[in-house]
Amino acid sequence: MRRRDSLARIATAVLAPDGEDGLQEVKTQDAGASPFANKSTPSVARTTAGLEPYAGPWTLTQMYHLLRRTTFGPSKAHVDTLKSTGTAGSAVDLLLAPQADEPTQPLATSTSELVPGGSTWVNAIYSNPAINPTSARIISLKAWWIGLILNQGLSIREKLTLFWTDHFVTQISTVNDPRYSYRYNALLRHNVLGNFRDIANAVTQDGAMLIYLNGTNNVKTGPDENYGRELQELFTIGKGPLAGPGDYTNYTEADVKAAAHVLTGWRKYQNADTTVGTQTGYFDSTRHDTTDKTFSARYNNTVIKGGTDGQAELTAMLTMIFSQTDPDGVNKVARFISRKFYRWFVYYVIDADAEANVITPMANLISSNNFNVLPALSTLLKSAHFFDPVNMGCFIKSPIDFVAALIRQFSIPIIATDVAKQYAAWYALATQSAAMDQDIGEPPNVAGWQAYYQNPEYYELWINSDTLTKRRNLSDALVGSGYTTSGGKLQIDPIAFVKTLSNPADPNVIVNEASQFLFAVTPTAAQTAFLKETLLPGLPDYEWTTEWAAYMADPTNAAKLSAVKGKLQALLALMMEMPEYQLS
Amino acid sequence: MNRREFITRAVPATTLPFLLNGFALQAYGRSPIIQALTSAAFSTNRILVLVQLVGGNDGLNTVIPLDRYSSLSAARSNILIPSNKVLGLTAATGLHPAMTGLQSLYNNGQLLIVQSVSYPNPNFSHFRATDIWLTATDANVIGNTGWLGAYLDQDFPGYPGAYPTTAVPDPLALQIGSVVTPGLQGPAVSMGLAVTNPNATYFLPGGSDTPPATPAGHEITFIRQVAQATQAYTGSIKTAASKGKNLSTLYPAAGQNSLADQLKIVAQLIAGGLQTRIYVVNIGGFDTHSVQVTATDTTLGAHATLLGKLSGAITAFEDDLHLIGAQDRVLGMTFSEFGRRIVSNASGGTDHGTAEPVIMFGSKVNAGIIGTSPVLPAAPTVNDNIPLQFDFRSVYASVLRDWFGASPTELQVAITGTITNPLTSSVVTSGSVAGVGSGGNQPKEYSLEQNYPNPFNPSTIIRYELPAGVNVLLDVYNSLGERVATLVDGPQGAGTHEVNFNGGSLSSGMYLYRLKAGSYQETKRMLLIR
Repeated sequence: MRRRDSLARIATAVLAPDGEDGLQEVKTQDAGASPFANKSTPSVARTTAGLEPYAGPWTLTQMYHLLRRTTFGPSKAHVDTLKSTGTAGSAVDLLLAPQADEPTQPLATSTSELVPGGSTWVNAIYSNPAINPTSARIISLKAWWIGLILNQGLSIREKLTLFWTDHFVTQISTVNDPRYSYRYNALLRHNVLGNFRDIANAVTQDGAMLIYLNGTNNVKTGPDENYGRELQELFTIGKGPLAGPGDYTNYTEADVKAAAHVLTGWRKYQNADTTVGTQTGYFDSTRHDTTDKTFSARYNNTVIKGGTDGQAELTAMLTMIFSQTDPDGVNKVARFISRKFYRWFVYYVIDADAEANVITPMANLISSNNFNVLPALSTLLKSAHFFDPVNMGCFIKSPIDFVAALIRQFSIPIIATDVAKQYAAWYALATQSAAMDQDIGEPPNVAGWQAYYQNPEYYELWINSDTLTKRRNLSDALVGSGYTTSGGKLQIDPIAFVKTLSNPADPNVIVNEASQFLFAVTPTAAQTAFLKETLLPGLPDYEWTTEWAAYMADPTNAAKLSAVKGKLQALLALMMEMPEYQLS
Repeated sequence: MNRREFITRAVPATTLPFLLNGFALQAYGRSPIIQALTSAAFSTNRILVLVQLVGGNDGLNTVIPLDRYSSLSAARSNILIPSNKVLGLTAATGLHPAMTGLQSLYNNGQLLIVQSVSYPNPNFSHFRATDIWLTATDANVIGNTGWLGAYLDQDFPGYPGAYPTTAVPDPLALQIGSVVTPGLQGPAVSMGLAVTNPNATYFLPGGSDTPPATPAGHEITFIRQVAQATQAYTGSIKTAASKGKNLSTLYPAAGQNSLADQLKIVAQLIAGGLQTRIYVVNIGGFDTHSVQVTATDTTLGAHATLLGKLSGAITAFEDDLHLIGAQDRVLGMTFSEFGRRIVSNASGGTDHGTAEPVIMFGSKVNAGIIGTSPVLPAAPTVNDNIPLQFDFRSVYASVLRDWFGASPTELQVAITGTITNPLTSSVVTSGSVAGVGSGGNQPKEYSLEQNYPNPFNPSTIIRYELPAGVNVLLDVYNSLGERVATLVDGPQGAGTHEVNFNGGSLSSGMYLYRLKAGSYQETKRMLLIR
């Protein structure tokens, strides 16, 4: 994708002043920022806690916080598992434990994918000139991905997969051959806790990325600078303050050109519709500029020796980029990715304390571990900073997080015995999320979703009068008469939900435990009273106990079921309409 | 008709194709005329205030059957109100001594009591019984719509998306409190909004407690602002709240009587000009299983306190409405999910029962008592309940028919149970029954005739027939869809009606006249040639 295409939707280009990440220029009108969103980042007091291990109590509050941030909504079973871990540290270890590669692949739900329904299309050729399977396969891919998110066990993997696809951005619809996008997705998922430099290396020569940022058009006779620019600006070292004409502190326009020359010759297999197993990239030395490439003073005038070994030149360039340090000695790339992790897992404001006590030591952990990200992420998630109360509930759920959490928290069943129906239900959820401004696999441009970089609104970009209404409509439908998809009706069973609580016969237990489960902030006394009043209007507590007992004694009695179910539905619907429910 | 007195009511969108009969559909597909015809006004300025007594009110100690006093004594000696303390209404009937205000209203012709209201096979579960009352179903049917919601839905199709409009600027129904009653549930969405405090910054679930000064609190504030902006009626409620002033001095201090606090808000909004048709308020605590009276004086205690609040709140509210000048526009009605048992228990309380008295109040109620005192067994046992005299759905049907002029069709939709027949006597005074008008012969069906003469210059006669008393709106539109005249606007009786339309200074051209009578509507063309 042409950068100029990717920025075509720009309404207001704010080119200066550049901020710390240099991303402020990508400000799009269609982000639909609410008029109430930040005009400047909030200056609310935060914490001086750093990466020292969290040593406070290990209670439901911390467990829920950890699960909200590292998975897509805590389920009851996962909380129960964490209760047995004993410490925050061991819980984080569990979440970061290595996972076997995802065994499933996206499946066809009909013959539109040009393979038999129920089998995978990820290596299947475009065998029928009369039928273009791209659209059907894209739907299948997105549905499958949503399915993985919904079914993610006690692991950080899916949250990180989404992170990396928001970092090394490609857009499924732009790549326009889902076989590439599947391979790309699997590549990132395999490497979520891997080596950042290795991921950058793999991404650079991946077919989806070569299509998306025109690497495949980058030839010695006419170098295409698109990828060489984004590799530096968005993927690794980041754009620093404008220091002079074409000088972005960390790199210059000359370096963009030099990088493009290094990357000449990488291409994808031309014909996506011929054979299997070719949906990746390869190096074609005949298209490669074999001269030496000289970088600017920002890279200490490094010269990368030209030749016919594209991998060697790429490795040398990544080594160069990944070895740059700021004047304080901190590795630039490690700092750049640390900030991005921080905004994905902790909060969007990085104040001086967070920079000194969290970002800098994280970056040092990343660089000292040769760009393996696991130690830094583990340290962050186990830290006093992460578990500081001030960092709880300050996250606004992304649409995917919101939609997935609804399904996961209430264990809403989705048909698993019929691939077409299962995928239809998953895809319906993908369309819900897309309507709320987050289309899975389709970040709006190469910079990713604005909520994670757009100063000063950040997460607040997810919420405007349109998207908030859609969120409310979905939660209302799920808790009420159900959300009907072509894969069946999705519906919360409020009875089953309260049966997971410690004592569903006690209205106070219901309100308190449901609040703790659904809210990342503690409701005020007035809010708790309001919720209790919703469940049990004007009545003493024992009347709930009586009604619940009557239902439990005769659970097939429609009237008794209706009596308690209606009240629980009212309670849950209102809880999810409360602004507090949007927080994570 | 006094134009000022009427608020709007929209034409069902489903009848739209009918409107276009004889016209080029394409040409009118997006024309202003459709806008005009589908959002044109039809009006009532009447307001219903529903007072829910949550928990199951002990009707026998509320409306006391003096003519059954010996049976009453046998059944509930430990909570019996001494007969000389009962506030007499008639020789047979009196009120609990805490309800002096309601006694005065009765004496002033502003109180109506419907005795022994219930339904067949009554349910003793609070939740289920409440749902039955609010959804107006048979006891064995799980209803999906509230009686008031289903009624409003017929008049305001497309709510909430199609509203507010210039003609319908305000909420259709308001719940004063945090949770909208299921009684306002329409087929798709609730037809009502909940407002805890119309002066508050936010009308949101969870209230408007100041969030903590933390990053999380910062986002709560932000989302509240967005949520508030999605609420289309915020402005109109706030405007009414700021314009409206309570004039009565009878309200207790805030926080003393929650029902009075709520009704005070209702009066404030009415005074502020809010064109909301239905308000719902509630007061809890009626679940008096034990110690509903004090040991030393059965006229005091928890139940007396509740009834005192009920009486005091209604009295202050009625006083306020008179001072505001809105007394003739407001009808109030109380109900509870059930009454309580005839026989009191050993704890000095009463357990869940069945039939209960429904109390209506307002300057236009057909004051008095409908029905007889509850029939009590000579030797009551713990399981005995008050036999029903009136199905609650008949009471609802009377309110909708007599007060709002609802048609039989509308009643059948609103009240989904088997009983949709109104009471035999009107619940409001004969002069104020909606739909009682000029009378005359009784047409079998609605019809709108072609005007005569046609073409005309400058005047013509429009004739139509009404088979029943109903609210009528007869408007004239020009070819741009602009309303140029309202010929009839208000309740009219059954019969054939004629209206003269004078084109006056209008220019030559095609005009439309549209009749809306209850759920019936018809549009015809006429041609003015000068």
